[in-house]
Amino acid sequence: MFKRVSQIICAGGIAVLASMGGMAPAMAAGAGGDIVEHDWTFDGPFGFFDKASLQRGFQVYREVCASCHGLEYIAFRNFSDLGYSEAEIKAIAAEYDVTDGPNEEGEMFTRAAIPADRVPSPYANENAARAFNGGAYPPDLSLITKARPNGANYLYSLLVGYKDAPQGKEVPDGMYYNTAYSGNLIAMPQPLYGDDIELAGDGDTSIEALAEDLVAFLAWAAEPEMESRKRTGIAVMLFLFVMCFVSYGSMRYIWADIKKK
Amino acid sequence: MSDTVENQGRRDFIVVATNTMLAVGAAAVAYPFINQMNPAADTLALSSIEVDVSGIEEGQAITVKWRGKPVFIRHRTAAEIELAGQVNLDDLRDPEGDMDRVEKPEYLVIQGICTHLGCVPLGQKIGEVKGDYNGWFCPCHGSHYDTSGRIRKGPAPTNLEVPPYAFLSDNVIKIG
Amino acid sequence: MSSPEFKNPVVKWIDHRLPVFSFMHHELHEYPTPRNLSYLWNLGSLAGLALVTMIVTGIILAMHYTPHVDHAFESVERIMRDVNHGWLIRYIHMNGASFFFIVVYIHIFRGLYYGSYKAPRELLWILGVLILLLMMATAFMGYVLPWGQMSFWGATVITNLFSAIPWVGDSIVVWLWGGFSVDNPTLSRFFALHYLMPFMIVGVVILHIIALHRFGSNNPLGIDVSGKQDTIPFHPYYTSKDLFGAMVFLTIFASAIFFYPNFLGHPDNYIPANPLQTPAHIVPEWYFLPFYAILRAIPDKLGGVLFMFGAIAVLFILPWLDRSPVRSGRFRPLFKLFFWVLLADCVLLGYLGGKPAEGIYVTLSRLATAYYFIHFLVILPLLSVVEKTRPLPQSISMPVTGAGMSAAPAAKRGKADV
Repeated sequence: MFKRVSQIICAGGIAVLASMGGMAPAMAAGAGGDIVEHDWTFDGPFGFFDKASLQRGFQVYREVCASCHGLEYIAFRNFSDLGYSEAEIKAIAAEYDVTDGPNEEGEMFTRAAIPADRVPSPYANENAARAFNGGAYPPDLSLITKARPNGANYLYSLLVGYKDAPQGKEVPDGMYYNTAYSGNLIAMPQPLYGDDIELAGDGDTSIEALAEDLVAFLAWAAEPEMESRKRTGIAVMLFLFVMCFVSYGSMRYIWADIKKK
Repeated sequence: MSDTVENQGRRDFIVVATNTMLAVGAAAVAYPFINQMNPAADTLALSSIEVDVSGIEEGQAITVKWRGKPVFIRHRTAAEIELAGQVNLDDLRDPEGDMDRVEKPEYLVIQGICTHLGCVPLGQKIGEVKGDYNGWFCPCHGSHYDTSGRIRKGPAPTNLEVPPYAFLSDNVIKIG
Repeated sequence: MSSPEFKNPVVKWIDHRLPVFSFMHHELHEYPTPRNLSYLWNLGSLAGLALVTMIVTGIILAMHYTPHVDHAFESVERIMRDVNHGWLIRYIHMNGASFFFIVVYIHIFRGLYYGSYKAPRELLWILGVLILLLMMATAFMGYVLPWGQMSFWGATVITNLFSAIPWVGDSIVVWLWGGFSVDNPTLSRFFALHYLMPFMIVGVVILHIIALHRFGSNNPLGIDVSGKQDTIPFHPYYTSKDLFGAMVFLTIFASAIFFYPNFLGHPDNYIPANPLQTPAHIVPEWYFLPFYAILRAIPDKLGGVLFMFGAIAVLFILPWLDRSPVRSGRFRPLFKLFFWVLLADCVLLGYLGGKPAEGIYVTLSRLATAYYFIHFLVILPLLSVVEKTRPLPQSISMPVTGAGMSAAPAAKRGKADV
């Protein structure tokens, strides 16, 4: 009941805002591409992250995406959100090398990463990334779901959107056909094929399941505060609802002698 | 006309409830606005560090940065340990036994901050002035520290502080 | 107005030497306010609330933000991820800008409908338009600070407006930038000015309130207060009403902050600024869209800029364009009709500002721009002459007190079109 009411009020408030502005800024989602609207656990005011899914998504990121795409705003310590223990995080961090220094001789040196370090990016800088990838820049993924309109659905659609090009569509060398991408020609080769990853437990390794886990992980990476934000929000909304009633009552009480006259 | 309300002799429940809730709400809003100035998560993540001490030769010392300040780790010689242990505690300004200041006698871990006014004492590197007691010497105002980092002479009131630390293994110290 | 008697001896002692308590008593407590103000009169105090919120959260953000092209984007992400409650404070500030404009726009249209700009409140109105201008400059510079793609390209496009000025335009733009493109010097100075301007707004707001308290609030009937029976003290009547309004406002505001914090923003601003690549669709923040539509409607660089600034300039002279002696739109049937057309026109301009400048949108933008100026420069002066207004009620207290009685023609007129 409360869920519905709060949704209606939130939606109503936002609708009013949007119509006042005369527009919705999140327009033209992925102009030209086909976007699948997927159900996410993190949708809506009661949204949450499924930790098991985030861990699987992190594994997919490591095994598939990390060779080209960085995660520069995420530190290893942040992986405690995924449900990893301190020891596990240390072990994960130690698998990466980071550059530190200068040491006493003035030289930079590499050492194993510690939990306080950020996840190292695969390329030294954007130019190096472009040089490696035929001029295309594999963007950093730490904000990707926020940096694209309808981010989670768009990325999901992109990951499952690799299809054979229709008759008559020219696909130049180094480009791939994708139904979700604007213009349908994307420089990123198909990342997920399904069944090429072994997930802990017996996780579903279909393309759709892997894409869902990966997108959930990236949504977490972009908005690690999401769960506490929404939880705080519900408490704040409850307080404000009561406050509205009480302050209304207070106003009516104070105005009573004016209205009576 | 506000008087008519007040003169009724009672502040109605609803008005009191409103004002109370307003105060509670204001306090709740104040909390994040104040808490934001506390150390952030990335700062806290560096509040403890791990140091491998196996590389320090006997008689040498290293300086590591912990919470933005220097920490001295000295691999003491047997002679230095003995010297520190012989001191009569009654002679000390800040009486503290050497064994109370170390986890393992070979490794002395102290904050490299003079307890007088916060300068970094000399004595870490070979060739630096170590003061009259062969420990450290603060050049700012002339405090002398012994091989246990205790104040022996000069204006500093207390011994060089020992940070919280523990040996995770034979060679790895976790400070903080 | 007699000086109030304070019971507390400390208060009394201080007030005798420094009459702050008397001042507060006069201006916030006994301040006589028309008894018939509607909820639309809540928007003034809400704007004050929004301004204070923006300043407090802004100062906090400045403690954590780094105004340098290499660190700005990252420092904002650090606020979002590492600073305690940083995400909350930034989302309040980011959405607060939008809500400040929503409140102020409603406040302005309320003033337009009820003729609050007319004598003797012309200066009150002009100070208000000045606040709007300062707000726009502040909001624009603030949007540059996160140094995302929209920040950078918004800054580039808007500063380039000044290049339309004949002869000296290009020099002015270089001067604004402190270089030959939007770069680190630009970011630093925008940060400094973004910190300064809110306090200039506070200054003008104080003048705005002094001017308001000179003659008191206008009211839905638009007639002058005729005596004590028409007014009630500000406290506790309007304080309690403003409090209720503030809670409703905060409820809507909080729903945006906590559940849809990026709804009013643009995804491209989560991509770090790249001076070599312009995003496919660059649009300003929603509150600039009507002006952006006017800018694009004029097929001439200088003309577009002139018309855009003209859209605000025309508000400065509004008190002398609308010469009708009747303030409130309630008693002006034709004016009322055109008011709603103007409102629809502004919303349409906002919608068009967010659309690509092509095809039907260009034509519509031109028509809407033309109407905007015709409304102020032709229709309003004409209406002042030709419109036959309805008779005004005798006093404010009549319609309110007479609501329950049968014989009160003024009341009926007053209620007729609510």
